Amino acid sequence: MGLTITEKIFSAHCKKECRAGDVVMAPVDGAMIHDITGPLAINVMKEMGGGSVFDPKKVIMLFDHQIPADSISAAENHVMMRTFAREQGIHNYDIKEGVCHQVVPEKGRVKPGDIVVGSDSHTCAYGALGAFSTGIGSTDMAYVLKFGELYFRVPETIRINANGKFQDRVGPKDLILTLAGDIGADGATYRALEFCGNAFSDMDIPGRMTCANMAIEMGAKAGIVPPDEKTWEYLRGRTDCTPFSLASDEEAKFFEKRNYDVSKINPKIAVPHNVDNVVDVTEVAGKPVDQVFIGSCTNGRYEDFAEAAEVLGENVFSEDVRVIMVPASKAEYMKVLKAGLIEKFVEAGALVEAPCCGPCMGGAFGLLAPGEVSLSTSNRNFRGRQGSTESFVFLSSPATAAASAITGVITDPREV
Amino acid sequence: MGRAWKFGDDIDTDAIIPGRFLTIYDPKELASHAFEGTRNDFAAEAKDGDVIVAGRNFGCGSSREHAPLALKGAGIEFVVAKSFARIFYRNAINTGVLPLVCPDTDKIADGAEVFVNLKEAYIEAGDRRYPLEPIPEFMMRIVEAGGLVEYAKMRGNK
Repeated sequence: MGLTITEKIFSAHCKKECRAGDVVMAPVDGAMIHDITGPLAINVMKEMGGGSVFDPKKVIMLFDHQIPADSISAAENHVMMRTFAREQGIHNYDIKEGVCHQVVPEKGRVKPGDIVVGSDSHTCAYGALGAFSTGIGSTDMAYVLKFGELYFRVPETIRINANGKFQDRVGPKDLILTLAGDIGADGATYRALEFCGNAFSDMDIPGRMTCANMAIEMGAKAGIVPPDEKTWEYLRGRTDCTPFSLASDEEAKFFEKRNYDVSKINPKIAVPHNVDNVVDVTEVAGKPVDQVFIGSCTNGRYEDFAEAAEVLGENVFSEDVRVIMVPASKAEYMKVLKAGLIEKFVEAGALVEAPCCGPCMGGAFGLLAPGEVSLSTSNRNFRGRQGSTESFVFLSSPATAAASAITGVITDPREV
Repeated sequence: MGRAWKFGDDIDTDAIIPGRFLTIYDPKELASHAFEGTRNDFAAEAKDGDVIVAGRNFGCGSSREHAPLALKGAGIEFVVAKSFARIFYRNAINTGVLPLVCPDTDKIADGAEVFVNLKEAYIEAGDRRYPLEPIPEFMMRIVEAGGLVEYAKMRGNK
């Protein structure tokens, strides 16, 4: 019987055949910690007896959630992590590079076939490059930092087979929101998602990152796109790995298979307060918004800002909307800058901030007051996620966000 | 014995402990902000021995371990739910809050007097007993060691 990509990755790491359902201790190729969950992991590692990390070259450290430090306690956490990095010989990207899930792939810290863990639930994003990557808590991370391995239950796989061409101004975010709506917030719990079909092979790496990023919103442990020429092209110059073939065997056992024709997908929006409350944008069109956020690990790349700029055209943003734009990394920021888009956005009325998580998790800045409505390109709209528990967060693509920022009300991007 | 704190489906970790409190690590201090804004009576009134009783997908969302720590700080030893989100489940076991699966949580009312018998795997509410599903064997080894920290110490000393 054949194996899924996930089973192959675990088999290679454990040097024995691993099947879905097996509980294995697997070595990891990378472990990412950031300013929110890192300090707790470091403290717990000390409780476990401290000592050296398993391999400082495989530990990725950066600060992205509360930067520049938004409180004295955040500043203290940064100091504590910097000290740990120095003591352990870990390279620390500090506050300078951007959001973890953009920086890790960008800096070549992940490659196809790897097992990477991060103390952040959206670590599943690196599946865009054909890795098995998953989010873990701080105590599990402490164990990984110390021993370089972790218990995993090898997950069954749900294969998503998406084909066809997207309509204009419809794209990967609309597809992944569609999946979240269909599969539900816990429909893929303990499973891996595998993204196949020509909609994914035609999709650029940033689009694949958007999709893999949100696998967790269905409860999934991972969301993997099989590596192809686009993957190897992205990795060229970032890593020294040479192309190899990695795909599920056709006769592999899948938990479920789902087929999608992406040409039939309309612009989608997740309405408060769950990511799986997904409807067509037209169903809530006309609702006034107070704030629009374009950015985050889900949609903070150059391509997302280019999409917003294309929708913006010669328009300006509504006087009644606060438009906050945050490129996900320094490299993406520079691309947006050099393309002249920052000037365009600022002139149109937006605030463009330096790379960080921004308003996504209601920490550093851009919080909402009771009754306020935010339209965000990020990945979660839980009650209170971006501020007051009496506020409302909607999730959409950058195109829908830009269209709504122009009109001041939720707007189908095909109509501006 | 303790009281049941009843919650519905898809209780996310932002509800359990909002993002703005994540620079805090002390369980008691976290507990003072648990469910802030969504269920304010919890932090004020929860006490040792109380049990959280919930629907499906408890603990979905962020990997923040502050969520089980906040519950632990409030005196919660057991969360009984129809199902759990994966990361929360592991975090809870690692930090010593036991996540227990029970399909019958709809039958337990908010405020009910409840008692969890781990050995015989049931939760008692009123005069009824509802069975709890067993914790997977490999997770039980961590529970029996007293959490992942103790498990790691045992391994480190080998």
